[in-house]
Amino acid sequence: MNVVAQQLASPVDVAYLVTGILFIVGLRYLSSPKTARLGNRISALGMLIAIVATLTQGLTNWIVIGAALVVGAAVGIVSAQRVKMTAMPQMVAIFNGAGGGAAALVAAGELLRFGGTVPSYDVAFTSVLSAVIGALSFAGSIIAFLKLQEVMTGRPITYPGQQVVNALLLLAILVSWGLVVAGVPPVLEWFWIALGCSLVLGVLFVLPIGGADMPVVISLLNSFTGLAAASTGFVLGNNVLIISGALVGASGTLLTVLMGRAMNRSITNVLFGAFGAVKTGTGGGGAKGGQNVRSVNPDDVAAMLAYANEVIVVPGYGMAVAQAQHSIRELADQLEKKGVEVKYAIHPVAGRMPGHMNVLLAEANVPYTALYDMDDINPEFERADVALVVGANDVTNPAAREDKTSPIYGMPILNVDKAQNVVVLKRSMASGFAGIDNPLYDDAKTVMLFGDAKKSIDGVVAGVKAL
Amino acid sequence: MTAHLLTELTIFILAVFVGFEVISKVPTTLHTPLMSATNAIHGIVLVGALLIAGASDQPLNNIVAFVLVVLASLNVFGGYTVTERMLQMFRPKAPAKPPADGAR
Repeated sequence: MNVVAQQLASPVDVAYLVTGILFIVGLRYLSSPKTARLGNRISALGMLIAIVATLTQGLTNWIVIGAALVVGAAVGIVSAQRVKMTAMPQMVAIFNGAGGGAAALVAAGELLRFGGTVPSYDVAFTSVLSAVIGALSFAGSIIAFLKLQEVMTGRPITYPGQQVVNALLLLAILVSWGLVVAGVPPVLEWFWIALGCSLVLGVLFVLPIGGADMPVVISLLNSFTGLAAASTGFVLGNNVLIISGALVGASGTLLTVLMGRAMNRSITNVLFGAFGAVKTGTGGGGAKGGQNVRSVNPDDVAAMLAYANEVIVVPGYGMAVAQAQHSIRELADQLEKKGVEVKYAIHPVAGRMPGHMNVLLAEANVPYTALYDMDDINPEFERADVALVVGANDVTNPAAREDKTSPIYGMPILNVDKAQNVVVLKRSMASGFAGIDNPLYDDAKTVMLFGDAKKSIDGVVAGVKAL
Repeated sequence: MTAHLLTELTIFILAVFVGFEVISKVPTTLHTPLMSATNAIHGIVLVGALLIAGASDQPLNNIVAFVLVVLASLNVFGGYTVTERMLQMFRPKAPAKPPADGAR
């Protein structure tokens, strides 16, 4: 029996255990919309317990810590309260980046405390690990934020020799990592090099990934920050950090894999494919698209919808951009009054976050029972009179099913082209984020309603009311 | 490898499995709130931030400590608030129905 095992557990450690349990229970409750809110509160309670327990441990530097807590809490709560639902993905990206940055700094702080000597191989290894993953997540999240906020183009940014540069950075990180673990002086400098290279790599890693693939990236970066937090748990010998970080790491990884599967693409393809950067092989884009496109006005669409039996709404990123979810809800209300059945088809990767459309429609009070997953709704399109596509493009592209030369061939899509009629709301004939022509628009049963999705829908609502 | 590290690794690996198990039961509808909720949970790094920033033996540079705690608390408080806001919107059919049926 070693002596350590005989020591009594401190109340703080017990509190941390309670936190770990509350996190797991909280996540368990997230599996149903009915209990999800309770789940989040249980998890928040766990967090509160951990923070209070930590604060009782003879800390110094009270003024700085107190001020920082107040600033962080105020900025976090206020910005989270004010952000529009449509800007949610970038908000999550920012908070994720903040966590990653904090994890990297925790590792840096621990090494600084030891003043540039290696305390032990374990600590040396895991502190560089925390710094590397944390910095990757921090820098990557910032770029993801800039792309989602459209400060920066959502198109993939590529340059020659990209993979070589990334490989060299990775090599530099691994070498400096090894030097820190081996304790080769100057240890601190090697550590900073690893951290700096990770920041640059984080930027370069997200730059070539297109806007449409951001859900996958955010999910992956979320998992990174979780792992970075777990890694700081190894550095500090703190179990609650290890448990929580592992939970998040597992969750982020699982979500990333699920989304990759939904697009029928490997994660490597998403991350390194620079999807959408290459011009498509299917003929000269502009010349092909637009030939048989039929453009209609909102009143035509109103008549079409009002006399239908079943309408399936297919929302996409365009709905988020135009904030059209409330107008869609109103349209659905008007149609239901006329006895039309309205359903919503949600593609797993529609929007910029997994489940992005679900959140927006929930905001507009659309009952979640009216939302259908791809597999459930696809057989239904044949029976639908109208498929109303609101700002979705690639996830409705029949080329994914039929055209073997298409870059998205093999991606599961919503079979809107099986509906009796298709109405597509789009800003213009520009191709989607993936930059691929959509033969759906040339289909004889498809009509296009051009313009801002919200204004178009409002026009249709007015038309339905007038009927 | 020390015995201590082995214990920690055991905890880590078991927690990963618990994570997979719990998360795989979450429906697609809730994936955004789930991501946001787990995003808030990794704010637990605030515990590490507080321990490092407030370490009594060798206090950290004030500016680094400040930035560190701000970042981590931003993650915690922002993360939970955003998740709460998202989940507020998920209502069952009942309260959403009256406007659809009621005369207007």
